[in-house]
Amino acid sequence: MATATTSYDALNLPPALIDAATPAADWVVVWPVALALTGAGLLVMLRNYRHMQLAFAVAVITAILLSNLYLLARVIESGPLAMTMGRWLPPFGITFAADMTSAIFSLAASIAALVVAFYAQTELTDREHKFGFYPMLLLLLCGVSGSFLTGDIFNLYVWFEVMLIASFGMLILGGRKLQLDGAIKYGFLNFLATTLFLITVAYLYGLTGTLNFADLVDKGADIPTGPLITVSLLFLLAFGVKAAAFPGNAWLPASYHTPAVSVSAIFGGLLTKVGAYAVIRVLTMALPEGGAQLQPVIVLIAIGSLILGPLGAMAQTNLRRAIGFLVIGGIGAIFAGFALASHHGIGGAIFYAFHSMLAITAFYLLAGLIERSTGTTDTRKMGGLYAANAPLSILFLIMIFLISGLPPFLGLWPKILLVEGGVRAENWWLVAAILINSFLTLIAASRLWAHIFWRNGVEGERSEQAPVGLQKLDRTENWFGFLPTMILMAIILVFGLFPNWLFEASGIAARDMLLPDRYVDAVFAHAEDRQ
Amino acid sequence: MNTVIFRTAAPILAALMLVFSVFVLLRGHNEPGGGFIGGLIGASALAIYGIAMGVEETRKALKVHPITLAGFGVVMAAISGFISLAFDVPFLTGLWWIFDFDGSEVALSTPLIFDLGVYAVVVGAVGTIALALEADEGGD
Repeated sequence: MATATTSYDALNLPPALIDAATPAADWVVVWPVALALTGAGLLVMLRNYRHMQLAFAVAVITAILLSNLYLLARVIESGPLAMTMGRWLPPFGITFAADMTSAIFSLAASIAALVVAFYAQTELTDREHKFGFYPMLLLLLCGVSGSFLTGDIFNLYVWFEVMLIASFGMLILGGRKLQLDGAIKYGFLNFLATTLFLITVAYLYGLTGTLNFADLVDKGADIPTGPLITVSLLFLLAFGVKAAAFPGNAWLPASYHTPAVSVSAIFGGLLTKVGAYAVIRVLTMALPEGGAQLQPVIVLIAIGSLILGPLGAMAQTNLRRAIGFLVIGGIGAIFAGFALASHHGIGGAIFYAFHSMLAITAFYLLAGLIERSTGTTDTRKMGGLYAANAPLSILFLIMIFLISGLPPFLGLWPKILLVEGGVRAENWWLVAAILINSFLTLIAASRLWAHIFWRNGVEGERSEQAPVGLQKLDRTENWFGFLPTMILMAIILVFGLFPNWLFEASGIAARDMLLPDRYVDAVFAHAEDRQ
Repeated sequence: MNTVIFRTAAPILAALMLVFSVFVLLRGHNEPGGGFIGGLIGASALAIYGIAMGVEETRKALKVHPITLAGFGVVMAAISGFISLAFDVPFLTGLWWIFDFDGSEVALSTPLIFDLGVYAVVVGAVGTIALALEADEGGD
């Protein structure tokens, strides 16, 4: 091995490196990202072997899911976990750190991606396989997990870019004119938001000289009020557009209904939540003063999204566009919790985001099955599906309850936390908005139910005959489309019936967000002599 | 672009550029150079060969599709990070093995593997784009 007399020895152990050995178990923080990246590369190499794509992608995502479960177990057992790349000491090396929030979000992301990997089989052509749907799915998961797990704000920007590139590819997969139209709107606003994010990161670095979240917790407190508000407002704007919160929400309903259903599902489930996660991580944990200064603005954003989301959904006749508006309503709920910035508020927001990632993915997949059964995307031309496909109508009915937060489903519990948080803070406007949102969402979703399932035939026709376009799902659609969707719904149902661990998890997550001492300790575990 | 002079010179030029790209790649880390710059020079070699000989000929000469090369590069870069696992150090730690070979130092390291990966990604991705653009111009 190495001879001890060379000039390179100086490279080996400069004093800026971590001396302690890193146990292999700690690698669980990077596995979700590293596995997804490696898998994406391998799948690109195997692009001509169509039959291997699904099996390989499922194997990789299952491995990611398992490491996320292990990560969650580790975080529950011993608190936040961190690893700094390349042995450099934390403020300088790029840190990956997982607290409870990162762990449960990353877990939800891999569950959604796994279901979507199966569902994609019902709609992908050979050409779309070759064009690289599965590599891009893995790359997207890589970007999303990376965003959840990174402990460095510039690195967060990098994962946003990874996500953005993969999402462009997925959005235009198939190359229809409508998709390009959607991709332009999506691309322009998201590029704008990401660039704004990058500029703000530069400004923040100029102010504090650090990009590490744990380091920002200390150094962010010293920023003078003026620059602090500027930086926080810019972050809020950038992440708000990413999360499709009011008033930066226009791009979402304009683009999310254009691509394949599996793409809509993974986008609706994951991408907006990454924006919401980033805003909580930066403005609640790293720069809490900035978040507090902007509280009135955040309340307005939350109320706007909460009310406008379901109202928009009510006005839509395109099924997936309507769901797009419901996504915005959900983002409003997350922002409501974020605005409260209390234990209940942040816990509720994190819980709601977890629920929303799974529920919205399932909702889009159900919409895809409905579109396949009726052969149209227009709810006015659907109708009579109740008799044609009873299991689908049961799943949709559960979805209505789930999405509007009725008991005993998963959507109820985070809303209880949010309302309790609002009542304790005596922020009656927010409480009212959350309750009105649930009510409006119920109306909007029931309206979809009435149009698609309850009504006998196409709108305006008196005939009692169901529309001729109704088809039974074929074998592939049943096994790869309906079954995975049903399993996802079953998982959500079980989470809803036994929500205790989620209450505990979001409690811990909120505590670590509001008082990040454990997070900071985990990141700086090897840097005792930090000045 | 289809002159005799260009068509005669292009293969030699492309070969020289490929050799030079590898030189630049290996020179990296402590001196100017590295995977990205080397990769760009390598991709230019592909582009020149494509302009002179046609895209089909270039694809045949390459044997693998350039995007496959890009995928391989990503895998290689990731593997350079995984090697750390065997040495109880964090992901992507730079590990160095220095051999004394006939009086001169030969430094092998995980950053070198990473750079090779970057080289493959850049050659693959830029090469794919260049060949696609050349193919769209409608042949000769």
